[in-house]
Amino acid sequence: MSALLEVDQLEVNFGGRVSAVRGASVTVERGETHCLVGESGCGKSVTALAVMNLLARGARRSAKRLAFEGQDLTGLSDSGMAHLRGNAMAMIFQEPMTSLNPAYTVGSQMTEVLRRHKKTTQRAATDRAADLLARVGITAPGLRLGQFPHQLSGGLRQRVMIAMALMCDPKLLIADEPTTALDVTVQAQILRLLAGLQRDLGLGMLLITHDLGIVARVAHRVSVMYAGEVVESAPTAELFANPKHPYTRGLLRCVPVPGKIKRDEPLGSIPGTVPRIGPGFEGCAFRDRCDFADVTCAHAIPRHAASVAHDFLCRLPA
Amino acid sequence: MLQFLVRRLIVAILVAATVMTLAFILTRLSGDLAISIAGPNATQADVEAVRKAYGLDRPLTVQFFDWVGRAATGDLGESYFFKTKVSTLIGERMPITITLGLTGLVIALLVSLPLGILAAVRENTALDRVVQMVALVGQAMPSFWLGLILMITLGLQLGWLPISGTGSWQHFVMPGIVLAFSAIPALTRLTRAGMIQAMGSDYIRTARAKGLSRASILLKHALRNAAIPVVAIAAVQLGFMLGGSIVIEQVFALHGVGFLAWESIGKNDFPVVQSVVLVLAVIYVALTMLADLMNAVLDPRLRGP
Repeated sequence: MSALLEVDQLEVNFGGRVSAVRGASVTVERGETHCLVGESGCGKSVTALAVMNLLARGARRSAKRLAFEGQDLTGLSDSGMAHLRGNAMAMIFQEPMTSLNPAYTVGSQMTEVLRRHKKTTQRAATDRAADLLARVGITAPGLRLGQFPHQLSGGLRQRVMIAMALMCDPKLLIADEPTTALDVTVQAQILRLLAGLQRDLGLGMLLITHDLGIVARVAHRVSVMYAGEVVESAPTAELFANPKHPYTRGLLRCVPVPGKIKRDEPLGSIPGTVPRIGPGFEGCAFRDRCDFADVTCAHAIPRHAASVAHDFLCRLPA
Repeated sequence: MLQFLVRRLIVAILVAATVMTLAFILTRLSGDLAISIAGPNATQADVEAVRKAYGLDRPLTVQFFDWVGRAATGDLGESYFFKTKVSTLIGERMPITITLGLTGLVIALLVSLPLGILAAVRENTALDRVVQMVALVGQAMPSFWLGLILMITLGLQLGWLPISGTGSWQHFVMPGIVLAFSAIPALTRLTRAGMIQAMGSDYIRTARAKGLSRASILLKHALRNAAIPVVAIAAVQLGFMLGGSIVIEQVFALHGVGFLAWESIGKNDFPVVQSVVLVLAVIYVALTMLADLMNAVLDPRLRGP
């Protein structure tokens, strides 16, 4: 059986000038949480939007293979894609404050997605919406259904977004930094909720984050993105224990670990910034910031396998 | 919501009071009313008789409060020229002006909403630029000129529509189009800008992520939010159309309130003039309130917590 989501050699560019994603490959298995990590601007959100075909106008995507449950998505018409979105594959976003339409009630926004994709009555859809609101930890779901987004806090709105994404029993949930805009205490609650739902409903989840703490807690597998490429991909435990790519190692050094870090000792950091990559760029995009770079880094870089499920993109040997 | 309404009502009353005062003062500033009513051949005795008969010999404050008091009970006085009650005169002419104004508004919305949506969806394409150019030309075109052009083409050459009078609904089509032209540019631009902003918003991305149909995304999710400023401006435009139809009523010989005001100004029939100003001002204020109410319906955030 094919994987739930297969992304092979995805390319996205904006107006032919800026290459946001350069040959990224990600695979999400059924019932697996796959985390996509990297700093701002590395192309992880664009990758998610490209999978959902939600890129802004002017963006062009191409891929060697882009398939959901074995079905090719690149050749799918707009309406064919619309029938998958919100249905078998759902997505939640980073901005809970603005992601709901201010003019409609929570209930009407939740029921419309079910009524769009499944044959059901308004009554049944409302019941399902109330059940799901309760499922995501919202008390008094009946009351909330009749309320407008501006009457809800950020954390509540994100719970509504999650419940709305689950309306049609999706197999894949793409979550683009779902906790970044929330208070720290609420972040933990939402994360626990997502992890619980993923496990209980057997969801395949593509979770995008820049927070390695989140990765360590919920991911089965991690892909590290840098400048539009997946530079390393491995099962979570192996990645944390045995990082291969200098960028991954740098990222891990930036995370303070209680007990290991001493007071007054500076936290690790990676010097420099992510370069802008134009068309025709060759070699490793990280070479200007890398301690191990040499002349060969300016040429095509091979992908190494460190173990069966662990590969990375660097000239350094495994 | 109730508090919102009460606040709006108080503002409306204050505006009406201000307009009454201004209308009263301005008609008095236009010269000695008794002399102009009595006519060029009147003697000093005639003028004094007129002054006494119309109560113009009383102090201005007494005249003012007399008028305000009567107006508040619905008595707008009597026309000097027509010798009938002003309320009857305005009542007879108002349906024509309102029909004209509503025709103009409906035509304006029927043109500018689709044009605005189309331009927004095709932002920065040739179509978008054509729509914006049309809006610009519409803004620059004087309404009497457009009225005459339409009369010549649609009325005389093609014979599709009657060119003057108020006999049937066809009589209102041409003046309606002309009146609509004054509102179309603003409404089109506003619709376009609102739709572009809405289509770029996070909740539209959510609507797309939900796999909703294009029609639902555009018309249910985006237009509902883009319409909020459009409704406000449309109400104001209708007020302009009702008050500003003087030229068009002249061109198309529609005997509406604008025509009445024009006649009365020429004849110094000041009870009619100040009453028309008052009635139009009250309608204008009422339309603004209606727009606020409709906005509260469209945007739940305006209804308070």
